[in-house]
Amino acid sequence: MTTFEYELPNPQTEDVKTVFGQQDLIRRSASTIEPPARQLTPMAKLIDVSKCIGCKACQAACLEWNDKRAPVGENVGTYTIPPDLSPQMFTLMRFTEWINPETDNLEWLIRKDGCMHCADPGCLKACPAPGAIVQYSNGIVDFDHERCIGCGYCVAGCPFNIPRISKTDHRAYKCTLCSDRMAIGQGPACAKSCPTHAIVFGTKAEMTEHAETRIKDLKSRGYQNAGLYDPPGVGGTHVMYVLQHADKPEIYADLPNNPVISPVVNLWKGAAKYAGLAAMAGMVAFGVLHRFVEGPNRVTPKDEEEAKQLTEDPRS
Amino acid sequence: MSERYEIDPSDEVHVGERVTVDRYTKAARLNHWLTAACLVLLAISGLAMFHPDLFFLSALFGGGQNTRAIHPWIGVVLFFSFGGLFLRFWRLNLWRPEDGTWMRRLYDVLINKEDNLPELGKYNAGQKIVFWGMSLLILILIVTGLAIWNQYFSEYTTVEQKRYALILHSAAAVTIICVWIVHVYAAIWVKGTFSAMIQGYVTGGWAWKHHRKWLKALVSGKHVDDGKAAPAPAPAGKPGQAAAE
Ligand code: HEM
Ligand code: SF4
Repeated sequence: MTTFEYELPNPQTEDVKTVFGQQDLIRRSASTIEPPARQLTPMAKLIDVSKCIGCKACQAACLEWNDKRAPVGENVGTYTIPPDLSPQMFTLMRFTEWINPETDNLEWLIRKDGCMHCADPGCLKACPAPGAIVQYSNGIVDFDHERCIGCGYCVAGCPFNIPRISKTDHRAYKCTLCSDRMAIGQGPACAKSCPTHAIVFGTKAEMTEHAETRIKDLKSRGYQNAGLYDPPGVGGTHVMYVLQHADKPEIYADLPNNPVISPVVNLWKGAAKYAGLAAMAGMVAFGVLHRFVEGPNRVTPKDEEEAKQLTEDPRS
Repeated sequence: MSERYEIDPSDEVHVGERVTVDRYTKAARLNHWLTAACLVLLAISGLAMFHPDLFFLSALFGGGQNTRAIHPWIGVVLFFSFGGLFLRFWRLNLWRPEDGTWMRRLYDVLINKEDNLPELGKYNAGQKIVFWGMSLLILILIVTGLAIWNQYFSEYTTVEQKRYALILHSAAAVTIICVWIVHVYAAIWVKGTFSAMIQGYVTGGWAWKHHRKWLKALVSGKHVDDGKAAPAPAPAGKPGQAAAE
C-alpha cells in the first residue's frame, strides 16, 4: 500500500490515558486545596498576530470542536463577526484598521481574542461557587459548568473581559484551552486548524523561545517595537501574543496595556470579606456580652402604676 | 410642635385594669413581618454568595443556581415592602432635640439607667438611626443590586461599574445585617417590645418607661379609649403578661 507524504496517521483506537486531571489543581474557586503532588510542565498557546491572515479557521475549529452553533448574526460593517464573544463563541478575530503615524501605512491588525489563561486569574478569584473555576498546574484555567451558579462575578473579576454568561442555561463560558483535548495529549483545535501557523502550542518555555525568533525576524523588517505579550500584572499568561507594536497593545482592539486584577475586586474579595465577617460576628458578640453583663430592661409595676395615673388624670 | 409629628392617628391608649397602648395596626404589622422575612431571606441567600464558608446556605434555596436567581427578586419585594414601612413611619422618625441628648447619654441607656434620659416620642434615637440607616442601605442595595443583576440588566452597566456595584452591595449588605442585629437585640433586650409588633400594643408601663412623651401626647390629645366610646377595649389579662415577661 502506497503511503503519501501528506497522509495522516489513522486515529488511535486503544484507550488514551489522560495526562492530567483533578489531582493537578493548583487553585479551585471558593475553596482551599492541598498543593498537588507534582508540577506539570506549563503549557502555552502563542498567537503571532503578524502571521495571521484573518481567515477565521480557528474560530470555525473552535465552534466545531466545542460543538457550538452561534445564531446567524448581522453584519455591522466590520469583519469582526460576531461582533463580540458569546457563550458560543469562545474565540473571536478582532479586526482593527490602524494607520501607523510613522509610516502613514494602513496596517490591518487582526487579534484573536479569547481567554488568556492568566497565571493569576481574576475570574477564579471573584467566583463564589466552590469549584466552578479551576486552575491546573499546566496553566489551564477552566470552568466547571455543573458548579457554576451564573452570578457573573467572573466577568467583573476578569481583566480581559472574556467570560460570557448564557441567557439560556445561566452558566459562564469561555475558552478552555481545549482542556479536554490536552487531557489526552492533543493541542488546541484552533492551533491545529491555523493554516499559517500563526497559532502554535507547546510548553511555555518553548513558546517563549519561539517568540524570540519571531520578534527578531520582525525587528529585522523594521518593526522596532515588536515584542511578546505575556503581561506580568496577571503573573504572565498561558496564551501569549507576538505583537508588531508591543509598546502599544491597546491598538489591537483594546488589548490592555498592563492588565491587573482590578484593585476594587481585590478589596471586595480580600479585606472586605474579613472585615465584613468580623463586623457581623462583633455585633453578635456585643449582644451576647451585653445580655450577660447588663441583662434585660424590664418594665416595673411602678411604671404601670404611673401610666394608669396619667391616663386616669385627664378624665377626672 | 404639631401632634402629627408625635403620634400616629391609629395610636390609642386603652384604659382599664392594666393600661395598654395600640402601637401598630394589623396592616403595619403584616407590612413589617413581610419586610423582615425578606430581609432574613436576602441575608441568608446573599451570605451564601458572600463567603465560601457560607456557600452551604445555598442548599436552603435548592442550590447555587436557585439562590442566585431568587435573591434579587426577594430584593425587589423587600424594596416595595420597606417602602410601605417608610411611608408609615418616616414622620415620627424625624430627628428631635431630645434625640441628641439621648445619644449623648447612650452609656446610661446601655446600662439600663433611664432616670437621666429625656422623655421621648414614639421612637428613640436608636430606633430612628435603625430606621434611617435601613432606608439608606436599602436604597443603596436596590441600586447596586440592579447593576449586578446580570440575568436581566447586564447590558446597562460597564464591567467597571459592576465592580464598584459589587463591593458597595456587599458592604451595604454587611452593614444592614449589623443594623438588623442591633434592631433584633434591642427588641429582645427591652422586655415588652415584641408585643408591639405581634399583638400590636404595648403596656402603659412600657410606654411610660420608654416613650413617655408619646404616651403623654396620646393622653393629652384625647387618643384615649376609656371604654365608653370605643367598641372593643383591650382584654385585661393579656397585656399584664406581656409586661411581666
Ligand atoms: C434590595 C434589593 C436587592 C437586589 C436587587 C439584590 C441583588 C443582588 C444580586 C443581583 C446579587 C448578585 C448575585 C445574584 O445575581 O443573585 C446580590 C448579591 C448579594 N446580596 Fe443582594 N440584592 C438586594 C438586597 C440585598 C439585601 C437586603 C441584602 C442583605 C441583607 C443583600 C445581600 C447580598 C449579599 C451578601 C450578596 C453577595 C455579595 C458578594 O458576593 O460579595 N442583598 N444581590
Ligand atoms: S458565573 Fe459561574 S464561573 Fe462565573 S463567577 Fe459566577 S459561579 Fe463562578
